[in-house]
Amino acid sequence: MSLVLSIALTHVRARARQTLVGVIGVATGVGFSVMMAALMEGSQRDFVTQLVDALPHVSVTDQRREPPRQPAEGLFDMVEIRGLSTPATRPGIKNPYAIMASIEAWSPGAVAPSVQSKAVLRFAGRDTAASVIGVDPRREIGVSKLATHIVKGSLDDLYKTSNAIILGDGLARKIGARVGNSITLVGGAGRTLSANVVALSHSGVNQIDEQQSYTLIKTAQILAGQTGLVNEIRIKTLDAMDARDVAARVERETGYKSVSWLEANEDLLSAFQIRNFIMFAVVGAILLVASFGTYNIISTITHEKTRDIAIMKSIGLPARIVRRIFVLEGLIIGALGLLAGWLLGFVLSWAMGQIEFKSPFMDATRLPILYSPLHYVIAGAVALAASAVAGYFPARKAASVQPVDIIRGAS
Amino acid sequence: MTPLLEARGVTRVIGGEQPTTLVAGVDFAVAPGEFVAITGPSGSGKSSLLYLLGLLDTPTAGEVLVNGRTTKGLDEEARARLRLSQLGFVFQFHFLLPEFSALENVALPMRALGRLDDAQMRRRSFDILSSLGLADHAHKRPDQMSGGQRQRVAIARALANEPLVILADEPTGNLDTQSSAQVLSIMRGLVGETPAAGRKAVVIVTHDLDLAARADRRVHIVDGKIAAFESAAR
Ligand SMILES: Nc1ncnc2c1ncn2[C@@H]1O[C@H](COP(=O)(O)OP(=O)(O)O)[C@@H](O)[C@H]1O
Ligand SMILES: [Mg+2]
Repeated sequence: MSLVLSIALTHVRARARQTLVGVIGVATGVGFSVMMAALMEGSQRDFVTQLVDALPHVSVTDQRREPPRQPAEGLFDMVEIRGLSTPATRPGIKNPYAIMASIEAWSPGAVAPSVQSKAVLRFAGRDTAASVIGVDPRREIGVSKLATHIVKGSLDDLYKTSNAIILGDGLARKIGARVGNSITLVGGAGRTLSANVVALSHSGVNQIDEQQSYTLIKTAQILAGQTGLVNEIRIKTLDAMDARDVAARVERETGYKSVSWLEANEDLLSAFQIRNFIMFAVVGAILLVASFGTYNIISTITHEKTRDIAIMKSIGLPARIVRRIFVLEGLIIGALGLLAGWLLGFVLSWAMGQIEFKSPFMDATRLPILYSPLHYVIAGAVALAASAVAGYFPARKAASVQPVDIIRGAS
Repeated sequence: MTPLLEARGVTRVIGGEQPTTLVAGVDFAVAPGEFVAITGPSGSGKSSLLYLLGLLDTPTAGEVLVNGRTTKGLDEEARARLRLSQLGFVFQFHFLLPEFSALENVALPMRALGRLDDAQMRRRSFDILSSLGLADHAHKRPDQMSGGQRQRVAIARALANEPLVILADEPTGNLDTQSSAQVLSIMRGLVGETPAAGRKAVVIVTHDLDLAARADRRVHIVDGKIAAFESAAR
């Protein structure tokens, strides 16, 4: 064992209780940092995943960012038309299947059309408003989690009978319908349709489950009274982060408003940045406080060991060796605290992951925890660096001890 | 013959509002094989002179030469290196590291110098301790030993790197008569005609008259100046 290490170890061992306090300080800092990071990034990732899963990566709708130029505006410079009222029926995307084919040609992933319409569901003498979304089950699988949300049946059951409908389970409960029941749909234009409930869907979000129902594209088009209507094309990109580029290109090529999930949730994502900043500030503060403890211990040891330092220097140990001894002591405390802190952080994260939250609006959930080695590495590196600095200042002071001053006083 | 240690016009003034002169213009040389005693009344500057000779302090004027080479202008690192390899110190207080055994304390300067491997350091440390009658105490910590034993360990540590000169400042000041006598004869035995003693020299600050009487040479200090040289008729 090197001289520096053996002296450093002897010092921290001789001050076992203080060393323990220092180790606990660092361990607490590292442990809570790791736990906070696991929690913060876990919830953030979970949120983004849910968002990305629930929403299409890109949504192309039958809207335009700017209102279309009115013919009069093109003819006369003075003319400016404002406050145009929107037409009662939605215009729909022109040539949706050609657009989809073109997107599929250059964007790997999946593309699916949908029709949004509203209807009144009539069952057992009661009327309930709901949205009816027309989907293409074979394409839908590629862009949304809908297929996995179907309970008591499957998405393909829409093909089983004519005018098949899948109800959100909350909606079914509200109107009292079950799989196999026949219900009446009254569309916006007053068209009436008889539909068979073939399955239920459960997304876990009550608002969706109590509002939405799904049919084939054709059925929704009939309800809306517009054949060939497609109001939305949804795109799933292979990498969710490509969504912004894909959206921009689709919008450029088609002129339709194309919104990526990133754009749609810009405010949320920037809130995450603020959250992360707060997290780093708090974690930094915790580790800083922990390093104060280490500083204190090393200071105490250097004070107690002034006489030993004086004799070591008088014998001829260079100042840098003396300095190294005390920096190493800080590092020893830091390293022990780091190991204990990793364990503590893991246990705390795990314990947090066991807590169950019940919400009236959502299914019961557990806190999402992200176990990332990077958190451990960063917390560990910061703790070690803080310990080294905490040891450095007392060490520098110790190394500058003038042996004669001490020896003269002791003789 | 080149002196092992030499002071040329060494002066040490402590600055401040009232400058104090600790040592004033001392010229003094120690030859190989010599046993020199520095005597003088309390507060006359004996310790101050020893610290200057031992490169623990720097003169404000004059210079100290080790083995014929000046130490003037050397930085702290170089002076530390010279102390480690050429000089050995024994003070009134033993200054042993309390957590380490006698053997480890003696090995400390060897480890710092790094010329020997672990086994050689252990063997040499043990041999020195044995030669000072401490073979049975090699693995004891300082608090498990008597004052005389501790001081002998301190002497062993001073001998660790085969120094040219041993500098001792009242090494028997804290000891009872019997231990003092033992330490004295050890110090005296370090130099002389025996081949084991080699070429080294001993400089010892003392006001013990017995000890002074056994020195080859006495240097009497008063008010930081050399008042008298006195060579023993040997
Ligand atoms: N740092 C200092 N500042 C002022 N005076 C000092 C200092 N160190 C020592 N002295 C004084 O210098 C004188 C010589 O001290 P010292 O060398 O220890 O003498 P001795 O060892 O002969 O008793 C003493 O009077 C002492 O009080
Ligand atoms: Mg003195």
